[in-house]
Amino acid sequence: MSANREKLLRVEDLVLHFRTTVGTVQAVDGINFDLDYNRAVVILGESGCGKSSLAKAILRLLPRNVGAYSGKVYLGGSDVMALSDEEFRQNVRWVGISMVPQAAMNSLNPVIRVGDQVAEPAMIHMGVKKEEAMKLARQMFEHVGVPEDFLVRYPFELSGGMRQRAAIAMALVTAPNLIILDEPTSALDLLTQANIFNVLKRIKKELGTSFILITHDIATSSELADEVAVMYAGQIVETGEAKDFFPAPLHPYAQMLMASVPRLRADQDPEFITGQPPSLINLPPSCRFAPRCPKRRDRCEQDPPIIEKDGRKVKCWLYA
Amino acid sequence: MAESDVQVKEQRIGVDGRPILLHIENLRVWFELRRFGFGIVGHVRAVDGVSFDLHKGEAIAVVGESGCGKSSLMRTILGLYMPTEGHVEFDGQKISEMGRAGLRWYRSQVGYVQQDPYGALPPFMSVQRILEEPLIIGGVKSKQERLARIRKVLEEVKMYPVEDFLPKFPHMLSGGQQQRVVIARAMIMEPKLIVADEPVSMLDASVRVEILKLLRGLQESHNLSFIYITHDLSTVKYFSERIFVMYAGNLVEKGPIGAILKNPLHPYTFALMAATSDPDARNAETYKEVPPGEPPSLVKPPAGCRFHPRCPRIIPGKCDVEVPPEFEPEPNHQVQCWLYQ
Repeated sequence: MSANREKLLRVEDLVLHFRTTVGTVQAVDGINFDLDYNRAVVILGESGCGKSSLAKAILRLLPRNVGAYSGKVYLGGSDVMALSDEEFRQNVRWVGISMVPQAAMNSLNPVIRVGDQVAEPAMIHMGVKKEEAMKLARQMFEHVGVPEDFLVRYPFELSGGMRQRAAIAMALVTAPNLIILDEPTSALDLLTQANIFNVLKRIKKELGTSFILITHDIATSSELADEVAVMYAGQIVETGEAKDFFPAPLHPYAQMLMASVPRLRADQDPEFITGQPPSLINLPPSCRFAPRCPKRRDRCEQDPPIIEKDGRKVKCWLYA
Repeated sequence: MAESDVQVKEQRIGVDGRPILLHIENLRVWFELRRFGFGIVGHVRAVDGVSFDLHKGEAIAVVGESGCGKSSLMRTILGLYMPTEGHVEFDGQKISEMGRAGLRWYRSQVGYVQQDPYGALPPFMSVQRILEEPLIIGGVKSKQERLARIRKVLEEVKMYPVEDFLPKFPHMLSGGQQQRVVIARAMIMEPKLIVADEPVSMLDASVRVEILKLLRGLQESHNLSFIYITHDLSTVKYFSERIFVMYAGNLVEKGPIGAILKNPLHPYTFALMAATSDPDARNAETYKEVPPGEPPSLVKPPAGCRFHPRCPRIIPGKCDVEVPPEFEPEPNHQVQCWLYQ
């Protein structure tokens, strides 16, 4: 237990369900994973698998129709789920964990100068004076590669890539140990995308920040990943080191997902996964991937346990 | 009816003897920039001197970043914009000289697959109605025939059982199914040319491959000419015979897919390839070599080669002064770059 407490983040049985008129959406359904200091984990999954809801559950950014919200989230050893909403806001959000939401570049306030927006979290959460915060913002701009004179510009004067960098600078300004990135480059051009990943790698190296990268883009996710977690229908079905995962994923879903990636440098024809991911309402008691799985057996009617194999974890009967 | 009005002029033949469907010559599409609605203060040179031939039954890919003019090029080919200079010739006729009836015929010959399937389908129309509309406009009078063609095209895009999908509205379909309906709509007039603008960029990874394979299958079975517009180099090789790389309004490199992927000539093509990742854990250990800066403004493009401010292999005094013409260092592989003079 004490060894676990050393970890930066430990998520245990995290559950987040939403109430809707047609039933309960089991978006996050019993998630377990941990992440160490100065590491990056990629959460891979198709749209609708609950990966963005997982980020919201960790940061307690909840909508109104929450049906169930439970589990444990330890940040640096202390249980942040036990905190009140106000304590959570003061001590965790931005301070411990910050987030770059999906399409962050479009979430900047259009009528406030970029520099002021980047400095704001530092003023609110670290209690520093305006000048001090602007100094921090200037430093962060340097880290993410935005020219200093952009501090006094408005968002519309910046290109998409520059705005995305500003959003990352904003997440960095309070010097959190962990940044959650939700599809950070999906709306950006290829060269800009490569630039942003260079920035993230540099931040990780220079500032020792950890990252949770949420994406469906497997190829670019490998630019940052130390570890990979594959999500399917609200659950994590495989976790492992990137160096083990990318060459040989274990779970049949992960294998098919990898086979679906078109490759520039290999002559392998990509394959697609037949069928649709299940609706997150009324999930079957069987393995959730069983209806699409080419390797299904009778045993798959029961929910598979998480099986450890050579330091990797996989939720599949094949490895039992 | 419209078809008989149009006489097909002499047929162009390509270098390898294949007939040419689409011939584009020195095409410029400029948009006026006005200040307060009065007086032209400049032009956005979205497409600036593009020439190429598309053979019958050939699939090509236009690769470039957003803002490089690839969408303006596509819209001009679709007949939505008129060329400022140069011309687009389809089956021997200039589209700027077609007139109304001619354009109506032309639009039935060209199918368009949009990027965002949900945005491209009217939310208040059922699948049947969406597919019937082009047939009604195209003058197919018999209800029976229209239904038969709708059924046939839905089977071709592998949406069966067809009866289940006919009454559905777009919001009841998954992203992949919506894109199939968009493809079916593009195919229903039995066009000779399909233009697909990033047809899979809004879809999930696992569905992308399925849709690309479907498009490739249709292209081969109907011997369609195909223009695939994308920024994703990793998908083009499964899809097309030639690649055109577009930067700031120009086609900077043109050539067969194998030649370009093995031996990219233009420094920009090189950068695009370097920026494309394959899933590999070793990627995390190195930084990518990315040219600095951003694509130039198309209102005042840089003098000389438009890539020179970002180019790692710039020849000072040459690249920043003179616009590079097209060189052909190997057969059928052209590049606009002074390095190959």
